[in-house]
Amino acid sequence: MWEYTDTVREHFLNPRNVGELKDANAVGEVGSLACGDALKLYLKIENNIIQDASFQTFGCASAIASSSALTEMIKGKTVEEALAISNKDIANFLGGLPREKMHCSVMGQEALEAAVRAYRGEPPVPHSHEGRLVCKCFGVTEDQIVKVIQENKLTSVEEITNFTKAGGGCGDCLEDIRGILEATLAGKAPGGNKGAERPAPAGIGDLRQQDGATPPLSNVQRMQRVMTVLDEIIRPRLQQDGGDIELLDINGKEVSVALRGMCTSCPSSRLTIEGFVQQTLRDQVEADITVREVAP
Amino acid sequence: MSAKTVYFDNNATTAVAPEVLEAMLPFLRDQYGNPSSMYSFAGRSQEAVARAREQTAGLIGASPEEILFTSCGTESDSTAILSALRARPEKKHFITTRVEHPAVLSLGQYLEKQGYTVSFLAVDGKGRLSLDDLAAAITKDTALVSVMFANNETGNIYPVEAIGKLCRERDVLFHVDAVQAVGKIPIDLQALPIDYLALSGHKLHAPKGVGALYVRRGAPFRPFLRGGHQERGRRAGTEAVPNIVALGAACALAAEHTSDENTRVRALRDKLQERLLAEIPEAIINGDPEQRLPNTMNISFKYVEGEAILLMLDQFGICASSGSACTSGSLEPSHVLRAMGVPFTYAHGSLRLSLSRYNTQEEVDFVTATLPKIITRLREISPYKHLADDASPGDGAACACQA
Repeated sequence: MWEYTDTVREHFLNPRNVGELKDANAVGEVGSLACGDALKLYLKIENNIIQDASFQTFGCASAIASSSALTEMIKGKTVEEALAISNKDIANFLGGLPREKMHCSVMGQEALEAAVRAYRGEPPVPHSHEGRLVCKCFGVTEDQIVKVIQENKLTSVEEITNFTKAGGGCGDCLEDIRGILEATLAGKAPGGNKGAERPAPAGIGDLRQQDGATPPLSNVQRMQRVMTVLDEIIRPRLQQDGGDIELLDINGKEVSVALRGMCTSCPSSRLTIEGFVQQTLRDQVEADITVREVAP
Repeated sequence: MSAKTVYFDNNATTAVAPEVLEAMLPFLRDQYGNPSSMYSFAGRSQEAVARAREQTAGLIGASPEEILFTSCGTESDSTAILSALRARPEKKHFITTRVEHPAVLSLGQYLEKQGYTVSFLAVDGKGRLSLDDLAAAITKDTALVSVMFANNETGNIYPVEAIGKLCRERDVLFHVDAVQAVGKIPIDLQALPIDYLALSGHKLHAPKGVGALYVRRGAPFRPFLRGGHQERGRRAGTEAVPNIVALGAACALAAEHTSDENTRVRALRDKLQERLLAEIPEAIINGDPEQRLPNTMNISFKYVEGEAILLMLDQFGICASSGSACTSGSLEPSHVLRAMGVPFTYAHGSLRLSLSRYNTQEEVDFVTATLPKIITRLREISPYKHLADDASPGDGAACACQA
């Protein structure tokens, strides 16, 4: 029998915000009947605030409880505040989930991302779902695996299966997952083996660490690489949208930046920092870099 | 939570019968002598073990000297299979099925790694084996065939008599995992061409921690546990006298009640099945209704997940099992349902209800009144509640990396 907390049981037996939300203007859907769990999340967003949220879930007790918890957590929050909720936050809200059930909290986070993308008119497949398909049984990509490793500090293949289900079916991809885990722990960017499909922009390919375990970066090396990536990849992208970014400090692995121009008034600045700036630096420089925004 | 436990999970384990408890208690208190000792105090333990051996043999039509006591069904399976293979070291092929209990299935996978060729026979949509497939699988290199008497998840009964005859004709040893069958259906090993047969105490109202292995007189045998001379040198280790006495008593009781299982318990199960199918749309029975244990029912509900059903049933004190991924600790539904090709959309929502002679009509009524409400509730939460009409078995394919 699973060791569920009283909060999980309570949210399973008396789930909040169940059912279709008639006036929803953002809907996110993840999972499938075939895979054993699926979540459809409905949001009503007004003035960038999530006024109401509801869900429909097919799945086990922890999937239903995670969905219920998520809707409670995001109501009244701005879109950016909601997006900042990680799968760990959902699990914590419930007083913890069994390790084998962590994928239920990941499903909640992914449904939220999907709903917000739909609201913003972005393509339905989140960026993190792009990339090489690793687990054919459960449709998990290399990028998704790298993300859970980094966000949850995972260190074993078994944990990755608990969080994403990858490798939990026929098991053919377990060696592949082990390779991704080792590469990620060694600070290598995803896509390093078997045909990367996210081409590195010209001129910075040499920044990505190459095969084998590489020694950790020195502070000077790290600063140089961060500045190069900021100048060559991140700033040009932001400038396309009328914004800009200023590097304020690099303290160990913490990078402090300030957004400039249009970015300062952009409601999704938090997403920009975490989803784009930090992710790009992690992909291109070191896996555990954090980016902190300093108010302009 | 309801104070009363409504126990419909008798294929997982059973309540110890009051008569069985009474029989074993003296051997947990005063009669603690080691059956191997020389004095008369210990002699009473020896006599009790001998009596239990007769009772156990009596239930399955065996001779007492063909019975050896073990610690569980799994030990009996391992002992028989490894014994047969060691006795025929020149043969390196083992045949079993894809729907075996892990006690046999995992051992088969282990043997593969040890250099054996193992054939895992497929089953059809109702979980049935093909005798032609089996006949075709047997080669000159085949040492042993192992097929379960009855399946723990679906209750399917396999044609062990026909399989045994085939094995005899082809000079292949035959082992039967009868853990789920013993005590539920009549078994007469005088009439069945079976070389080894495993049974377990806690599935027939004896406590956990005791099993038995039938070894046909003349069948080759190599001990699994080596050490002392207990069980005539075939299973070393001091006899678990209280448990063995309990198993004997449980077998004697089962012999009395087998007809009850096949009339009263079967009628309860059939009524339960009929009413659930009538009240809950999009429900199917997994397995072969024609050849099935009288106490077992495996039913699947579309658009709901098994673990959620179990936890809601638990709120009402109802105990059952599921073959869903979330309850198995793995991420895929039960290997039995997958081997049968049950669509994933149904396999995730499977529920096993297994009765015993202690279940009552009132309990069946309670489950019949409770379960439909739970399924309705979970379907209300599900995003697929509107899909009822256009979902097809093909839905299962997307997630099935192995059929």
